[in-house]
Amino acid sequence: MPTLIKDGQVVDNPWSLLAKDVDLNTALSDESSHIVVPFALWQEHKDSLMESGKAVAVCVDSDDDPYELANDVIDLPLICLNFPVFRDGRAFSAAAILRERLNYQGEIRAIGDVLRDQLFYMKKCGINSFDLADGVKVEQALAAFNEFSTSYMSTVEEPLPLFRRR
Amino acid sequence: MYIYDNYDKQMLQDRIVQFRDQTRRFLAGELTSEQFLPLRLQNGLYIQRLAPMLRVAIPYGCLSSRQLRKLASIARDYDKGYAHFSTRQNIQYNWPVLEQVPDLLAELAEVEMHAIQTSGNCIRNTTTDQFAGVAVDEIEDSRPWCEIIRQWSSFHPEFAYLPRKFKIAVCGTPNDQAATQVHDIGLYIKKNDKGEIGFQVLVGGGLGRTPVIGATICEFLPWQHLLTYLDAIMRVYNRFGRRDNKYKARIKILVKEIGVDAFRDKVEAEWLHDKDGPATLTHEEVARCRVFFTDPDYQDLDDIDQAIEDAAASDLLFSHWLERNVALHKKPGYRIVSLCLKETGVAPGDITDTQMEFVADLADKYSFGEVRVTHEQNLVLTDVRLQDLYAVYLACKKESLATPYLGLLNDIVCCPGGDFCSLANAKSIPIAESIQRRFEDFDIQKNIGEITLNISGCMNACGHHHVGNIGILGVDKKGSEFYQVTLGGSSDRDTSLGKVLGPSFAQAEMPDVIDKIINVYLENRQADESFLATYNRIGMDPYKEKVYANAD
Repeated sequence: MPTLIKDGQVVDNPWSLLAKDVDLNTALSDESSHIVVPFALWQEHKDSLMESGKAVAVCVDSDDDPYELANDVIDLPLICLNFPVFRDGRAFSAAAILRERLNYQGEIRAIGDVLRDQLFYMKKCGINSFDLADGVKVEQALAAFNEFSTSYMSTVEEPLPLFRRR
Repeated sequence: MYIYDNYDKQMLQDRIVQFRDQTRRFLAGELTSEQFLPLRLQNGLYIQRLAPMLRVAIPYGCLSSRQLRKLASIARDYDKGYAHFSTRQNIQYNWPVLEQVPDLLAELAEVEMHAIQTSGNCIRNTTTDQFAGVAVDEIEDSRPWCEIIRQWSSFHPEFAYLPRKFKIAVCGTPNDQAATQVHDIGLYIKKNDKGEIGFQVLVGGGLGRTPVIGATICEFLPWQHLLTYLDAIMRVYNRFGRRDNKYKARIKILVKEIGVDAFRDKVEAEWLHDKDGPATLTHEEVARCRVFFTDPDYQDLDDIDQAIEDAAASDLLFSHWLERNVALHKKPGYRIVSLCLKETGVAPGDITDTQMEFVADLADKYSFGEVRVTHEQNLVLTDVRLQDLYAVYLACKKESLATPYLGLLNDIVCCPGGDFCSLANAKSIPIAESIQRRFEDFDIQKNIGEITLNISGCMNACGHHHVGNIGILGVDKKGSEFYQVTLGGSSDRDTSLGKVLGPSFAQAEMPDVIDKIINVYLENRQADESFLATYNRIGMDPYKEKVYANAD
């Protein structure tokens, strides 16, 4: 069972992450009351999904454009950012765009190849929940959030750069 | 020199603790090689042909004598008693043991040094003109701006997993010594009519497989906006740079594919959000950084010295050295001295532990305890009194550091090549040596005059061969090492990329090939025309005809 950390705590995960090629009917007939749908499905069937009675979240892959959610962020309790491989750093920018540009206040979750050694940077960019990849140890992951005492530059977590604080 | 405060020190300690644990987990099998790769690279550690290689950052090429002594002791204690200055103003150790690297990094931290972001797909060490702060024609000292960029780029959470590596150069002089136009971002410091400072911003320059000269996307960016603008460029690159092909992942390919104007539009659109936001630079921060780079305690001195002139008249080698390795200084009675690390028989840029300690002592005695590293793999003492030049020269001579051919043919820029590097297609150091032996005679070099000869052992172009007046590239032809020659490159303000002469040559042919190229120049030059100027005037054909004359 993959481990989910949210805001520094290990929590249960009620969300069902649907496959990238899922169609609307399959999505709506998913047994879970909380579904994470692919970006394309969300864009195409936003209204049907919203009226379905399910809690709906969207999964943004690394080649999706987070700006396209500008009008939707108010409706979304959760946005998942997929790291297809941990070396793909696009989701760091997607997280910052969701927080800084779109003023998204809900949960941003890192999914996919989410490793312990990327967690600190993810949190700095505004990601607040982490669906850890298999094999990542929870205690180590929790410790990773405090690896650095501060940062030099303006970040989502601390918009004031160090030069305005030191 | 910038001096760390408690914030800088704490972040450096945090990094050491982090990397020690990462190394431990890798050795314990908790991290795969693939997972450990970017972590070790972002701490400067490569796995090379014979052993790991550790690249230590020398921020914008500035070193204190204390730091240089530490680099010497590390060379002795963790390596084989020498190290290598790279073409990015960094220093590399070729023989450390992985298990000892965390300890080595802890030692470096004692003198506020590290290997952070010296490799990997992140923002690398920012480089600049080695004469920053002392150049006669300087518009603005680039060092405080480099330090501001260093801090902004260190541990930047959004840009640690870029499509590819990212290099920034800053230049504060009209006479570009920083190869600014062949960096992912090049920044020329400018002053407007009101005397306000700003930056001309170039993007998409670079060497490697696809050499490109950077394109200007902003003619004058007021200094307050430097970091927000850089953030905007980085975000556009991070999002849209290609990740499907390593060889097309640099920002230059993105700029080429979408066009400079479209790229600028994306950057400007992104920048609009951040402009005037919290990352906007303040007068206080710039003033704080400038304090670390104020002038040392110069004396008021005459700008002529009879004893030095007498020494030059009686010591021919000293006069050569004076002419080649000594540059004018903004302060009368002072000179900028370059120590050329290109002694024939020694790999270009290599230096021993005792030489490093010697240079550290020399800097303490004669140059306010500071040393600069150049991207041409030489060292610089920036603040030597004119009256001390002969003493400095004689001392350097004893340590084989007084080669008097800075900027001449034998001042070869050369990557470590196939002798060390696992990426290389061919050796480069023996090529440099064979050419240096051919042109050993100083009078021959002097007659040829200013010229750059750059050698890379592979397409990655660490030896900057594209921007050498003569460039040599090692290539693999059916398992054998061959060498392709380019002519006409330059990394100065009028940057140009060399063009290929023709089919490649075997290693043994190289000194003859260079000899023929030089002869074409000598036969055709007018008055005091440089190699580059002659090439630009007469074109490639005369060189081709001469070099390949007997090829059929």
